[in-house]
Parts: sequence; structure tokens; C-alpha cells
Amino acid sequence: MSGPLPASAGIAGDGPAGPPRPRRHGRASRGSLVIAAVSTAVFFGALALVVVNAPGWERVQARFLDWEEFFASAPRIVARFEVNVRLFLIAEALILALGLLLAVMRSLPGPVLFPLRLLATIYVDLFRALPGLLVIYVLGLGIPGLRLPGVPNDPFFWGVVALTLLYSAYVSEVYRAGIDSVHPSQTAAARSLGLTQLQALRHVVLPQAVRRVIPPLLNDFIGLQKDTVLVTFIGVVEIFRQSQIRQQATFNYTPLLVTALVFLLVTIPLARLTDWLVSRERDRRDAGTVQASSARSRRGRLLGAFDRRKGT
Amino acid sequence: MSGPDALRVEGLWKSFGDLEVLRGLDLRMAEHEIVCVIGSSGSGKSTLLRCINLTEPIDAGRIVVGDEEITAAGVDVDRIRRRIGIVFQAYNLFPHMSVLDNITLAPRRVLKQPLADAKDRATTLLERFGLAEKRNDFPDRLSGGQQQRVAIVRALAMDPDLLLLDEVTSALDPELVGEVLTVIRDLAHQGMTMLIATHEMAFARDIATRVAFVDGGRVLEEDVPQRIFRQPSEPRTREFLERIIEAGRL
Repeated sequence: MSGPLPASAGIAGDGPAGPPRPRRHGRASRGSLVIAAVSTAVFFGALALVVVNAPGWERVQARFLDWEEFFASAPRIVARFEVNVRLFLIAEALILALGLLLAVMRSLPGPVLFPLRLLATIYVDLFRALPGLLVIYVLGLGIPGLRLPGVPNDPFFWGVVALTLLYSAYVSEVYRAGIDSVHPSQTAAARSLGLTQLQALRHVVLPQAVRRVIPPLLNDFIGLQKDTVLVTFIGVVEIFRQSQIRQQATFNYTPLLVTALVFLLVTIPLARLTDWLVSRERDRRDAGTVQASSARSRRGRLLGAFDRRKGT
Repeated sequence: MSGPDALRVEGLWKSFGDLEVLRGLDLRMAEHEIVCVIGSSGSGKSTLLRCINLTEPIDAGRIVVGDEEITAAGVDVDRIRRRIGIVFQAYNLFPHMSVLDNITLAPRRVLKQPLADAKDRATTLLERFGLAEKRNDFPDRLSGGQQQRVAIVRALAMDPDLLLLDEVTSALDPELVGEVLTVIRDLAHQGMTMLIATHEMAFARDIATRVAFVDGGRVLEEDVPQRIFRQPSEPRTREFLERIIEAGRL
């Protein structure tokens, strides 16, 4: 083989791996910390002044920030969150399974399986295109309206179905991105050992793919958590409905604040967890790169060359 | 060459789009033979190996392994691949599995070996190649040379009739090449039938029972290493070898 390969072997493999990469976070100097604190204080102080001095502030304060009402309404509202949690947990389990099934269907090779791929593609396109509320309405009100014998008319049931249909379409795309991110050489290696296409998928591709997409999956589940309130529109009494009931009885909007706080308390930790997982994954990849960089970059080039249809 | 053919490639054609990579290539190997395929980049060495492993569908010709035509219509591809091991330039270990799991995956899932048996066999092989203490490590903890040796063990665990080695040292840092070549030498002494695409001419001269020079998608010249390296009969072979010598690789 001519020049490039041995030459790059010398450069990539030996000696220190170039200048150290700058860390992405947690490395602010003292000076910049002070600046950040001051600018934050000034910004939010100004914002608070504007709000408090607004002409309607007194009225809004009485309607939205009534502490007495806050503590009076909180117990029942928080207790109702149980419905959202149940909805979320059941739907999430179904979404993970259905999403994976759809992604696998779309990744199957060969002309024979075209109908399966087509079916999965239509499904995903359909439920990503439709507004979620619309699907919830149509399923939650339309199907029970048919009064078919044996078909449940429990709005909670249809809420689970609607959210599962909607979110599995998104989640299948996340899975698929993960499957596509596993290099074809992994499948090639598995197949060369005699594993079938499905075995290669099950034992080699999917374990790597799923690991890589855990952060974006969590991201979708933050969305799902919030969207559990949408089933309120087909008559499920969950946290949002509960706070509305209270609000309509007392003409005070503070119960909505309770609901908002509950979601903040649940969602923000999940968001932090997602970020932490992403950065851990990145650090791990960087650590692996230092050692395997030479081989990996060459592998990329080798297979890239092969993909461009040059035999070696 | 006496004995039955381990491998017979007849009139193999393979093109990628407009690019004809293999143009009627013929090659025969007896059992326990070690044939090194040499030739410049793009001459079709890797493609040949991938065709024999049935990774690439061929356009025309026949490939016979033992007494079975593996390119015949309706042949169970997965069954053929069990008999033919291949080791890639980039190792292609499964990064999410320990060394032991990398090796036992196919014996367990394909050959349906019980876990304990597969582990025993894998451990024996690892010990033989000085990798026993690495068996619970993940691939990214290993050096390139160790990874490639594991990849060889992984192929051997399937007990193949024929082992294909596709430039297995090309991705390695120079000081790691030796340990991999040692493994291959060891296999040669055990009588493993091997078809090796390589740029390591000194190694090929050393280990090969025959060397095949591939040029223009065909085997232009094949002979025992002593002759092909000392007095090649084809001008193209001479040219190629002169370039190699200039590059200091022979």
C-alpha cells in the first residue's frame, strides 16, 4: 500500500494525543462567576420591578398568588397527580416496546419485508403529523361514541392508547437513529460469524443502539410527563382537571400554580439527569477515543473507502 | 498440490457499479495451505475475501469450499459463514461485550453450545494466545494488537475450515504487528488453512505456502514465495515488488 496508511499510523498512534481538550463545564474562573451573578441579579431584579409595578399587579397577585388558597388546595391536587403518574408509567412501558418494534420493522432489510417497512413508515408519519390533542379527542370521544360491545369507554384507557400511539412514533425515530449510528461493520462482523440478521440485530446492534439513545429517550419522556395533562380534555380527572375544578369553585387561579410547581419538581430533576447522562456518555467516548483513535479513524476511512465501492 | 481442494474460486467477477474489481479471478487452495494474496491497493484483495465470506454477492463465477459450491442458488448463507472465519483489518470487536462474551456469542447463539462449554473453549483459546487475563475486559481497554488477537480467537471459536485474514495488521501501530503475526504463525503450525490478504511481504515470504499476486482483478501470477519474491516472471509483479522494496517494506 502506498503512503497514507503507514504515515498516519505514525502520527495518530504515537506520543501524546495533541493538546488536552478543553473541558466543557465547571471551569469558570472566579471573575466570570462574579460577573454572571451580578448580571443575573440585575436582570431578574429589573424583571421583578416591571411585574410588581404593572398596573394589574394587585389583582393578579390576589388571584394567582394567594398563599392561603395555595395550602388549602394543595393536598387534593397533589394527590390527583397519582393519575398522571399511573398514566405516564403505563404509557411509557408501552411506548418503549412499540417504539422499538417500529424501529426494528423499519430497519429490516430486503425487498420481501418492504410491506412491513411501509407500514411502519406510514404509522410514524401519521402520528408525528397529527396534533396530539386531536388524536386524544378522536380516540377518547369518538371510539366510545361508537358504543361497540366489548370496547372499553374508560377515558383513562383511551388516554393511554392515544399517548402511546403518539409517542411511540417519536420514540421509534429515536431508536432508529440509534440503530443507524451503529457502524455497519458491527453487523458485518456478527454475520461473518454465522449469526442471522435478527440475531445480529438483537445481540450486537440493539444493545449498542439503545445505550446511545437513552438521553434522547429521557427527553421524550419529559414531554410525555407534561402531555399527560392533555387527557383532561376527554374527561380524565387528573391533576390539571383537579386544579381547574377548585379554581372554578373559588374563582382563584392559585391551584394552577400548585399544578405548575408539581410538574417543575418532577421534570427538572429528570432534565438534569438527562444532561448528566449526555455528558457522561461524551466523556466516556472521549476517554475511549484517546486509546482507540488511531484504529478508529483508520477504520472509518477503510470502510468509507469501501462504501464508495473501491475494493482493496 | 495433493489432497482435496479446501477452496476453489473459478472465474469470479465482481463489480461495484461501473468499477470492475474482480475480472474472472481463479484461485485454488489445498487443505492446510497458507496462501498470501498480495497486490496494490484497490486490486481486489479485500473484495475477494469478502466474496468468499459471502459478504458480497458475486456477479459471475463459482466459489467451492470443500465439496460444496457456496455460491450456488439457495445455499444457507449463515451455515456457510460458520465454516469460514474472517478477521477484519479494523478488528470489529463488539464494544459492549467483554472479551469472553465477544468470543462465546457465536458458539452459543449459532452452534447452540451451552454457556459453560463455550466459556471453557474460549478460555482455552485465550490462554493459548496469552490473553487469558483479559477475558473480562472490554475491547476499549485493550491495545490494537490485543484486540486483533481477540478477533482472531473469536473467529477460531467457530472452528472454521478456512480462515480469511483481511490485512489484519494494517491498522496496527508498528510495534504491535509482531504479536499478531506470531498468532498467525502459530495457527499455521497447527495446520489451519488460511487465505491472507497482506502488505507484510516479509511475513508472506515467511509463512505462505504460496503467494498470489492480484492485479487487474485477476491472479496474475502465483508461486511459492521463494520464486515470486526472487524472480517474478510477470513485469507487473516485478514493478509492484520494486515499489514495495523502495518503501522499505521488504
